[in-house]
Amino acid sequence: MGGRQILREEARFGWLSLSPALGFFGLFVGFPIVYAFYLSFHEWNMMSPEPTWVGLDNYAALLRDETFIRSLVQTAVFTVGITGCLVVFSLATALLLDQKLKQIRLYRTIYYLPAVTSVVAVGIVWLWIFDPQYGLLNQVLRGLGVAGPRWLADTRLALGCLVVTAAWRNVGYFATIFLAGLQGIDTMYYEAARIDGAGAWGCFRRITWPLLRPTTLFVVVMSVILSFQVFALVYVMTGGGPDGATSVVVFYLYQQAFTYFRMGYAAAIGYVLFGAIFVLTLLQFRFFGRHLEV
Amino acid sequence: MSRRPAGLTLLLHALLAGGAVLMLAPYVWMVSSSFKPSAEIYSATIQLIPRHPIVDNYRTAVHREPVVRAILNSLVVASAETLAVVVTSVFTAYPFARLRFRGRDAVFLMVLGTMMIPAQVTMIPTFILMRWLGWIDTYQGLIVPRIMTPLGIFLMRQFLLTLPRELEEAARIDGCGRLRTLVQVLVPHLGPAMATLAIFTFTASWNEFFWPLIVVQSSEMRTIQLLIAALKQAEAVEWGVVMAVVTLSVFPTVVIYLALQRYFVKGIVMSGLRG
Repeated sequence: MGGRQILREEARFGWLSLSPALGFFGLFVGFPIVYAFYLSFHEWNMMSPEPTWVGLDNYAALLRDETFIRSLVQTAVFTVGITGCLVVFSLATALLLDQKLKQIRLYRTIYYLPAVTSVVAVGIVWLWIFDPQYGLLNQVLRGLGVAGPRWLADTRLALGCLVVTAAWRNVGYFATIFLAGLQGIDTMYYEAARIDGAGAWGCFRRITWPLLRPTTLFVVVMSVILSFQVFALVYVMTGGGPDGATSVVVFYLYQQAFTYFRMGYAAAIGYVLFGAIFVLTLLQFRFFGRHLEV
Repeated sequence: MSRRPAGLTLLLHALLAGGAVLMLAPYVWMVSSSFKPSAEIYSATIQLIPRHPIVDNYRTAVHREPVVRAILNSLVVASAETLAVVVTSVFTAYPFARLRFRGRDAVFLMVLGTMMIPAQVTMIPTFILMRWLGWIDTYQGLIVPRIMTPLGIFLMRQFLLTLPRELEEAARIDGCGRLRTLVQVLVPHLGPAMATLAIFTFTASWNEFFWPLIVVQSSEMRTIQLLIAALKQAEAVEWGVVMAVVTLSVFPTVVIYLALQRYFVKGIVMSGLRG
């Protein structure tokens, strides 16, 4: 076989083996993306045979929908809270887990455990921990002589409780990513710094933190994307309550689609969410990208 | 690092152990509640270990609630998905990693790009598609939309790129076709990679909530995660029974994780950092 023939055969075999994937992604990503866009300009409750064209009405209605705006704000608060928590606690955990200790493997195993536990299970167990009367948290507080609040039933505390729960579940996952980043830093840098008389804090500020920037970018981007899509935790722990205090975008989307059967409106919410995640991701790349070049 | 003062080592241990207690306490509380009679569940004093442990909550869970059926449903769905994802990922990653042809990289970027799209955008049309196919409330409906994942293809490609070219060249010279070369020469080297992907996929599928919530309607088709959520929606939540079901649901993934944790870590590092 000549060289050109081999190349042609490679191309043929290549496309042949890609064709199931192309079909699959076409059907389950390509079609839905286009159809969701189409739906977002329509009104449809799935009972009537055909969606009715309403133009930009759904998007215009979203701008005036106070419940939607509120869910957007609460999603942003949740995202900022959880991302801040995760960067600080995951990095701190990773620094601790990077130490040479005999039992370090055991610690690593324990810290990662919540990340393999389903969000539903985690949500239910924390719901029980937060139980105002019989939950672990308030029992401990009572033991200390403090009257605990009503946690998830308190409109001012509920969203914070969700942040704590989500942080608990994900800290080990992101610590593992930070740990991999830490282990990728050449120890040579630290040796040189130590000769120059740098302390632990100096080493962290001048070496670890700057060299971890790509890892931090990954952690922040992932955390933002995941937090903007938070759903199961809300569904299981609060159902959006109390009094709408924990309603987030995806929960609102789910309600519009599968409680009120407003498919067009829900599709429009989906596109707004998509746009928000896209813009936020780009912004983060620009922000961190600028610092990356330093 | 060997010159660390003893005081610092002690501090490190104290911090790590404190964190470990925070990580483990919810599990202890979960398991302990599942063995408590209701008098102890609804008592206002801290009782970490049940004073009179009972298995009634588990008995109630199994006899009154469709726990066994829900676990079987989850097993069927997670196993089918895992098998499918491993096979489709190997076959789709192969041309991306080992063949050269025009358009290859553009298609690969498109496949990766689908990871950017939130599942909630595609969910409504996918639901409508399932309804049109008559797949609502069926195993096909639960499984088929998830038999291929960009992450799986990406992971497999990363592993395939590390294998030397000579491996398949020898087979080619002996007149082996592409398919046979892939299956008989490359796949045997992918054991650890396939294990990593399989464990990842199984755990993710077992823990999945959003898609089953939408596609399942009858109580017989509920996965274990859906059953837990349904128990919590009940008028009066029986925490002992709920904690028993949650403990049962968590058990398989925890056992898999403890037995095979090095694959989990490998998977995270691969998916996270070698972009």
